[in-house]
Amino acid sequence: MTNKKLLRSLTIIVKSLRVGVMSTVLTSAVFATGVSAKELGWPEKEELKFGFIKLTDMAPLAVAYEKGYFEDEGLYVTLEAQANWKVLLDRVIDGQLDGAHMLAGQPLGATIGYGTKADIITAFSMDLNGNAITVSNDIWKEMKKHVPHQNGKPVHPISADTLKPVVDDFKSKGKPFKMGMVFPVSTHNYELRYWLAAGGIHPGYYAPHKGDTSGQIDADALLSVTPPPQMPSTMEAGTINGYCVGEPWNQQAVFKGIGVPVVTDYEIWKNNPEKVFGVSKSWAEKNPSTHIRVVKAMIRAAMWLDENNNANRPEAVKILAKSQYVGADYEVIANSMTGTFEYEKGDKRDVPDFNVFFRYNATYPFYSDAIWYLTQMRRWGQISEPKADTWYKDIAKQVYRPDIYAQAAKALIAEGKAKAADFPEFATETGFKPVQKHFIDNIWYDGSQPNAYLEKFAIGLKKDSQI
Amino acid sequence: MSKQQAIPIIFNQVKQINWPTLNQFLSATALPIVGIVIFIGLWSLMAKNIDTSLGQFPGPSAVWQQANVLLDEHNAQMDKADKFYQRQDERNAVRLAKDPSYTPKIRAFTGAPTFLEQIWTSLYTVMVGFIVASLLAIPLGIICGLSKNAYTAINPLIQLFKPVSPLAWLPLVTMVVSAVYVSNDPMFSKSFITSAVTVSLCCLWPTLINTAVGVSSIDQDLLNVSKVLRLNALSHVIKIVIPSSIPAIFTGLRLSLGIGWMVLIAAEMLAQNPGLGKFVWDEFQNGSSESLARIMVAVLTIGVIGFALDRLMLMLQRKVSWDKSAVLR
Repeated sequence: MTNKKLLRSLTIIVKSLRVGVMSTVLTSAVFATGVSAKELGWPEKEELKFGFIKLTDMAPLAVAYEKGYFEDEGLYVTLEAQANWKVLLDRVIDGQLDGAHMLAGQPLGATIGYGTKADIITAFSMDLNGNAITVSNDIWKEMKKHVPHQNGKPVHPISADTLKPVVDDFKSKGKPFKMGMVFPVSTHNYELRYWLAAGGIHPGYYAPHKGDTSGQIDADALLSVTPPPQMPSTMEAGTINGYCVGEPWNQQAVFKGIGVPVVTDYEIWKNNPEKVFGVSKSWAEKNPSTHIRVVKAMIRAAMWLDENNNANRPEAVKILAKSQYVGADYEVIANSMTGTFEYEKGDKRDVPDFNVFFRYNATYPFYSDAIWYLTQMRRWGQISEPKADTWYKDIAKQVYRPDIYAQAAKALIAEGKAKAADFPEFATETGFKPVQKHFIDNIWYDGSQPNAYLEKFAIGLKKDSQI
Repeated sequence: MSKQQAIPIIFNQVKQINWPTLNQFLSATALPIVGIVIFIGLWSLMAKNIDTSLGQFPGPSAVWQQANVLLDEHNAQMDKADKFYQRQDERNAVRLAKDPSYTPKIRAFTGAPTFLEQIWTSLYTVMVGFIVASLLAIPLGIICGLSKNAYTAINPLIQLFKPVSPLAWLPLVTMVVSAVYVSNDPMFSKSFITSAVTVSLCCLWPTLINTAVGVSSIDQDLLNVSKVLRLNALSHVIKIVIPSSIPAIFTGLRLSLGIGWMVLIAAEMLAQNPGLGKFVWDEFQNGSSESLARIMVAVLTIGVIGFALDRLMLMLQRKVSWDKSAVLR
């Protein structure tokens, strides 16, 4: 047995030696002139390194790797978990990573210069929904008194109205009420703020022009950054009273018995866009065919994830449970990935669209999605100055690149790997979704009129208001 | 002979004849075994009573099981690598047929590093860092030991930098390495350089100080011999100084290597550089029910390797030391 193992390790060493020898011999022997294929060029860069954060919505990357979709495109991809969103973004900017699983707000924030300024673009939206807000057991005990019940079970969606008395109580005792989110421009930050504000709890303003990036001006609830995998342990330690994060870290709290998820983002805004696949603009310009091929592989992965009514999800969960990907227990990941969600321990409900990877055109980069995030950046003061509607559209068009997506999709259709019906009608698609009506506070969103949308909120900056 | 008389005689004989050998046997093998058995017993007892949010604290059997799982995972990954190379050969052949100008290239396996590969990365990094540090520290230490003036000049710096934690250096090292070490086809990855430099910075001091002390306290007789023979500076160092300060130098080296190993694990954890430290951190982040047992496997591995490195240095020291009768431990 040991001999066999040794032998195997030896063969690997021999192989890596061979790699070195082969590459030097070949590069010195032949000077190739690039000949591009007729349809889609060969990849300019074949060895790629992509970063991700340990969350179930990195699934398209893991699936594209494990199912060989990247290799089918002639790409040799290494996937590497990153410590936090900031490290991940910095490494994409300085070129250590070719691309990464990113928060939808990151390419937008980077482009408008909130945080690190850099041109990041995205041609692929990775998923819809997939987040939830969890509070600690103590907070839940207090909240529960105000939550309407039916047949002995809480009625969902739970609004933040029920949390308000708890926050007021904290305030009267002079204690700070703290919650965690994963990054200043994360979907989680905006969803948590949206939910809190809808219940009359002020989540605080940012004032970057005054150097205040804590986002706690006028706040009833103090929000701060915690990396996703550390959320449960930070709440267990009592540093925060609740958090908004992606899976499996809400279900982890249920399994560990340290907290209760109270609301999913599906209930806050039905089918909200979540992660995107971001690359730096200069990388995309240098490697156009590579970029299209990456998007092709990821579209196939997303299709596989949603195929036959989520039939492949159990297999996907098995992949994600490997320690190099998400690494949490199979049961924890399966809880949300297979179309259910467990709120209080034992209160497991069907949420078939909790994780959407492909259906409802989930992978298409809609301008209106980008603009929603920009409106929230303005609402909470990350964009300190008022901006015209045209500005919102320009930024969205700069960052979101449906043109690249369309090329990838058309190539897949031509190869017979996808049907035209799976995608939006590329010739007529404007990139703006029709007015979206499913928000927890029943405020409608029309992406073509961002300033009018901001007017509708009771809490938040609008028009000319400034901090 | 009555019974009463016989017993003390036999007893005395047993005492006289068997005690020394038994004693030797006990101290050589039995006592360590007793220690380990007691430790394992206490460990499994304690483990049963500690409940964490990731389940029970892993006992010896859970850890043993995970060690096997890690080995299996390594083998599975090796199989995957074989298939990866096979697929790559086929793909290259297909592309070459379509596009004759293409220069096929064999790429290294892109899968995640296994536990065994992480061990190798850590070992390799610590050895490079340690050797670089030793190559700097020993000559510098000899100069300090020989010349009082040099020592007085360098001493404040040593005292200033010696107590600095490696983790304080890490951000600086990371930034400097990424700024200075720029090349299109780097021979070493940046993360490797960062870890190795951090290890070096912390390995310098014990060797430097011990070498200086060893050199400055050479027996006066030996120095006199050197003077009588009119040895020039170089032969003085080679013939007299180095041989007589070998024990002190090695004491420093052993301390350095131990510190380097500890520092490396912490640096890998913090900087997310490949190696055992990253393995531990990744498992902690995963938060699965097996995570703690896997971390425990890594902890024990780190301990065993640290111990083995120390023994290795001791063996080297015995080899090169002129005084074979000295007790080294």
